[in-house]
Amino acid sequence: MTKHSSKIDAKNVKVDVHYLTRVEGHGNIVVDVKDGKLEKCEFQVIESPRFFESMLVGRSIWEAQHITSRICGICACGHSLASVKAGEDALGVTPSEETVMLRKLLLYTEQMDSHILHIYILVAPDLLGVKSIVPLVKTHKPVIEMALRMKRMSDYAGEVLAGRHIHPISYVIGGLTQLPSIDGLEKLYKMMVDCRKDTDETVKLIKKLKFPDFDRPTQYLSLTNDEEYAFYDGDMVVSGKQRTKPHDYRKLLTERVLDYSRAKVATINGKSYAVGALSRFNNNYAKLHKKAKAVAEEIGLKAPCHNPYLNTAAQLVEWVHCLEESIAIMEKISKEGLDEKRIVVSSWPKRGEADKAVYKPNTGISCVEVPRGALFHEYTIDDTGHITSANCVIPTNQNMGNLEDDMRKIVPELLGKKTQDEITLDLEMLARAYDPCISCSTHLLDVKFV
Amino acid sequence: MKKQSKPKVAFFDFSDCEGCQLQFANMGETLLEVMGLVDIVNFREIMSEAGEDYDVAFVEGSITTDNDVKRVKKIREKAKIVVALGACATIGGVNGMKNRAPLEVAKKRVYGDKADTVNTIKTMPVHEVVKVDYFINGCPVYIPEVVSVLKCILLGKPYVVPNYSVCVECKMNENVCRYEKDQECMGPVTRAGCNSWCVNNGNRCYGCRGLVDDPAANGAKDILAKYGLKLNDILNHFTLYNDSQGAKYDQAFK
Repeated sequence: MTKHSSKIDAKNVKVDVHYLTRVEGHGNIVVDVKDGKLEKCEFQVIESPRFFESMLVGRSIWEAQHITSRICGICACGHSLASVKAGEDALGVTPSEETVMLRKLLLYTEQMDSHILHIYILVAPDLLGVKSIVPLVKTHKPVIEMALRMKRMSDYAGEVLAGRHIHPISYVIGGLTQLPSIDGLEKLYKMMVDCRKDTDETVKLIKKLKFPDFDRPTQYLSLTNDEEYAFYDGDMVVSGKQRTKPHDYRKLLTERVLDYSRAKVATINGKSYAVGALSRFNNNYAKLHKKAKAVAEEIGLKAPCHNPYLNTAAQLVEWVHCLEESIAIMEKISKEGLDEKRIVVSSWPKRGEADKAVYKPNTGISCVEVPRGALFHEYTIDDTGHITSANCVIPTNQNMGNLEDDMRKIVPELLGKKTQDEITLDLEMLARAYDPCISCSTHLLDVKFV
Repeated sequence: MKKQSKPKVAFFDFSDCEGCQLQFANMGETLLEVMGLVDIVNFREIMSEAGEDYDVAFVEGSITTDNDVKRVKKIREKAKIVVALGACATIGGVNGMKNRAPLEVAKKRVYGDKADTVNTIKTMPVHEVVKVDYFINGCPVYIPEVVSVLKCILLGKPYVVPNYSVCVECKMNENVCRYEKDQECMGPVTRAGCNSWCVNNGNRCYGCRGLVDDPAANGAKDILAKYGLKLNDILNHFTLYNDSQGAKYDQAFK
């Protein structure tokens, strides 16, 4: 952070953030205030588009999971699940209940993995007044060890359930290529139960953090269903209204390409909207596990919450929910076992079957809640089972317009009231709260005062 | 590198998913040991500071824009040692599939009528642009191999990437061959070093570590054809990760 705290000219502010996010490349934030008037407020995703939607064309539907997992190293499990669900939708395949249960377990552990990284690597340094987790290794060893223990649990979950967390191996169309090992599951269960104590400590730590005050109601999009706090399946809902099937997502959200950005921007009802932990919390609070509700109460988070800074708090609440739901699934598995015949499948049609397989042209669509929000995959296949067109709608793209609108409201509110360093920190924390991706948010804003 | 001095290490990412850098965060306690042996001066995933003075540069991702070319050349100028980290950096990885379609078509498919505003060039692995001293293959990288390479870097020794196929490791792990199970697999032509990670988990090998130097591609192609795969799918199997390795392999597949 810049050291000088000289007097500021509140009329002219220029914010230039390089490399803020990872949405098919890196992103910048540009804010320009001239004579007290906000002239420019853009979130620019620049460089390195990756063309996944083009790369999928001509590929077999059976390869889609392997390819789209590579969109993101953090949400690789979420992309995999969105992909196999869309593939199954296109092929008319229905997975067994046991398979769905294991998929939910994998998805819960991915939320935990990502949320704990965000809470400790981004928020803890802010809380403890340092720039990264690195100096904390010396000064706050027990906290770091605790964070690594929690991270290790969610990571080990990926290892046991799917072979690995980054680019999971065994979750494919129709089921799993292999059952998780009993030894691994037992060890994982123990680690999860041990995590309850670390969770309590984390709640105490987060309670101490003072989140900036800010209030801007927006449209909150998430999945919802009547049975549970929705991550894996359900209908889409916008701030409790406009319930829509994922199949009709194109009717609800509009994607457009901006001149200044390489990521597409999505809108609902012509306006920006938010996805992620806070949206899910606002829409589905009633379905949270009772322990998660208790934590929400303890840290003072109430639904509906209109402060985007509190997305981090909602992530902690979701961590508790996912931990408890995961433990419940593990106990069910331990009691009932897993039936290989109902779960294990091949990753590709076997010899002889590939020739016989009958495909009909179809479009498969899915929506899954990944740590940063609702993720959509859509594939159209031809009569040979090959993809003719694909579309992926990524959470960070959906949040982009909302972040811009938040900045448009907050910058004038801060002008003249706060110092340069304080404005910088507030904007940094706003970007971090959206958790656009850990790689991006740790980048400092370079605030220039003309 | 001298024993006493802690080398300064920096991480840079280009076109990729950043999963290979994340594998470092997934090392658990080993990460703390590694942090005791090196000074990490630039690592966007976990820190705000950005040091410009470094000895070892880990470069993750493929080169896909003009700006990437300039940036990676600058990194090469500053670093004593450049390490290509992961499939995107070592062989182009899945990004290479972009090269299958003409760039204009790829742009149009994703960005529609705004296609002209997109800057992109063909996907290249890092060594196609600058000299690379160490290669860590895989999508994602395999942590035990990362640790082996780190040891070599600290000792100033070269690391030799295996030039035998995944089948060797697969046999040692006593996996039943995918072909025995009536499934196809890229193991016979793919470079080892991952301890047959995917096959151990019931899937097949997709070839993420690149092909061995002499992959006997035509033989492999014939076998895949026997397993009911059409020519187009066989080609897709070979090009999933290896497209940007260029004409050398392309010819053998057509």
